[in-house]
Amino acid sequence: MSTDSLAAELETALPTTLFRFATAGSVDDGKSTLVGRLLHDSKAILADTLDAVARTSADRGFGGAGATGTKAIDLALLTDGLRAEREQGITIDVAYRYFATDRRSFILADCPGHVQYTKNTVTGASTADAVVVLIDARKGVLEQTRRHLSVLQLLRVAHVIVAVNKIDLVDFSESVFREIEADVQQVGRELGLGADGITDLLVVPVSALDGDNVVDRSERTPWYTGPALLEVLETLPAADELESHLESFRFPVQLVIRPQGALAPDAVAAGMDVEAYRDYRAYAGQITEGSVKLGDKVSVLTPGQDPRTTTVVGIDFAGASLEEAAAPQSVAIRLAEEFDVARGDTIAAAGTVREASADLYASLCWLSPKPLREGAKVLVKHGTRTVQALVRNVGGKLDLATFKLEPTSTLELNDIGHAQLRLAAPLPLENYLHHRRTGAFLVIDPLDGNTLAAGLVKDHPGDHEDERYSI
Amino acid sequence: MSTFLTEETTQVTDSAVSIRLSSLDTLESEAIHIIREVVAEFEKPALLFSGGKDSVVMLHLATKAFWPGKVPFPVLHVDTGHNFPEVIDFRDRTVERLGLKLVVGSVQEFIDRGELAERADGTRNPLQTVPLLDAIQQNKFDAVFGGGRRDEDKARAKERILSLRDEFGQWDPRNQRPELWNLYNGRHTVGQHVRAFPISNWTELDIWRYIERENIELPGLYYAHQREVFARDGMWRAVGEVSQPLPHEDVITKTVRYRTVGDMSCTGAVESDAYTVADVVVEVAASTLTERGATRADDRISEAAMEDRKKDGYF
Repeated sequence: MSTDSLAAELETALPTTLFRFATAGSVDDGKSTLVGRLLHDSKAILADTLDAVARTSADRGFGGAGATGTKAIDLALLTDGLRAEREQGITIDVAYRYFATDRRSFILADCPGHVQYTKNTVTGASTADAVVVLIDARKGVLEQTRRHLSVLQLLRVAHVIVAVNKIDLVDFSESVFREIEADVQQVGRELGLGADGITDLLVVPVSALDGDNVVDRSERTPWYTGPALLEVLETLPAADELESHLESFRFPVQLVIRPQGALAPDAVAAGMDVEAYRDYRAYAGQITEGSVKLGDKVSVLTPGQDPRTTTVVGIDFAGASLEEAAAPQSVAIRLAEEFDVARGDTIAAAGTVREASADLYASLCWLSPKPLREGAKVLVKHGTRTVQALVRNVGGKLDLATFKLEPTSTLELNDIGHAQLRLAAPLPLENYLHHRRTGAFLVIDPLDGNTLAAGLVKDHPGDHEDERYSI
Repeated sequence: MSTFLTEETTQVTDSAVSIRLSSLDTLESEAIHIIREVVAEFEKPALLFSGGKDSVVMLHLATKAFWPGKVPFPVLHVDTGHNFPEVIDFRDRTVERLGLKLVVGSVQEFIDRGELAERADGTRNPLQTVPLLDAIQQNKFDAVFGGGRRDEDKARAKERILSLRDEFGQWDPRNQRPELWNLYNGRHTVGQHVRAFPISNWTELDIWRYIERENIELPGLYYAHQREVFARDGMWRAVGEVSQPLPHEDVITKTVRYRTVGDMSCTGAVESDAYTVADVVVEVAASTLTERGATRADDRISEAAMEDRKKDGYF
């Protein structure tokens, strides 16, 4: 493309939106090759990187030729990481990759599948709008597939795409694909897919090695009439693009902006009305969910106090006064009343958050080699507040393959289980099922500060909990 | 589909709001959230400011995060002694304009005291680590913002947004804390500190589009200009006090610009006629070379050059 036509295109192009997705699967499923294919075919790989990969491919005697006419390079090398990983031929950590099309910029959390798959998948999925799960067409749905889907359901990833890879190695067989597709949908039904978890589950036949149905639809799978993988990723709605409402407005206060005369010198030099900002006081944060407009009634939730209701009189952002704002915007909010509001408080739509509670029932994804024991003292970080907590009991761990809860009194690395914690101060906890941000928390080791677990708030037993979420 | 509005507009129907944020808006919002988290949770943060485009964008984001207040932390520059004079000038003007405190760690002073040795290849970029850690320790900074981006390098692709460092500033890629949702765990013990990378998820093109959108001033050498250069290692190197051609290297005048601004002894220029930020956006979008591959001699040393520097405490 000439720079002139590129310039014209950049000029007329709509601003792209951001879409976050993760990949889950093992090296054997061809995940690295698939990620390499996406990056390569979307032209995210620049010439110097490609040359280096081509040299390494030749050194290692890689013979795979691309059906799309690319030179024989081992696409998996494009996602090659650290020296330790290259030496041992393993991937040890989530890697983030970036590519863009005309419509979207993508952030890809590339989650290794072999070691600590739960830890990595939970991490990658926590921020993902969608997750691509790989299956080897020759092997079909394995226990690992069930585990992955189960974790994604638990974490409420809205869109899951199952890529049935190596379709070339089963001679582009429709019957093989249909069988796998039926198995995947069966697992989906067992997991109870629906509005509150994974909302849709798409199955796409691909060959990462040759590029079939990755970026472009393949002529070699005429029986498949659905979109190619990248088309799916380009058109799925991102969580941030959905309509948002005041009802679900949540705003954990990060800090109070109160310059008291210490105004930004550049703004003052540019003619800021110093008098007008003498008593400026606003609450800075990022809207985690929902939206807010000037004049909306909101409650300030301070642990240990009754909610205080007031009106939003200002939504400020770097000198601009906004009429309204929605997740995930970072803004500063001014309120009609001069309440004492501090970091750790939450501003929410009035009357929509239930009473703060010091009893926390949760699913925990245990991410540390140090096991959880009943009676342990931990820290819980929820929104912008961190409180001490006592683990009262561990209520079982989930068998990810059968979705059954097994009795246990401990959780170990990569286990997912239930626990009940007693908090030193009440928190405005919400069910993760309905609030992916204010229903999430971290469990932190008070001794070394390490993150021990990802926590998903559940309703108290006795509340009308969704039966499907007995996991 | 209602969620796919065709332009950047806001639709209000009853209480429903549909705001289509551009990818830049989303990245900006994420970065500001991170900057505010670090300021709220740490005693003494500082921002690494070199006058390079990424650190300039970082500082711009910080001004937006705390508006109308001033940026509530000092900036830290590790001066290799081989910096471009116009970049140092830009640094000083920026600090003055924003009323910031500037802390400088000097590679030259460490060399003069015999605590660092000049490398055989003359590159001072890797030498920054010792003065950096010294400045962090002397000033008791417990969090240091950096403009590192994950798209720059494969080691950085695995970096956390909050990256815990031990007493030696070392990065341990095998032992990183998982980072979940937008909950950042910055807990650290005495002697440890945290590097914070709010623009982790930005690409080089995002940076340039943002500079264009926000009308952010940069040192002039990011734009096309005439300069005396000579060819070395497949790059155009500026003729300067610390960067002299060898007898067989011919000096010519070319129209060049810099894609990265680092130490003069290892940063190369690229031929370019991108005179404005809009030209640069187009050039970067069409570029076939990565910015580090094109312009950094120190990253060409080995496949794992950045990984090794990071493990030693580099950004």
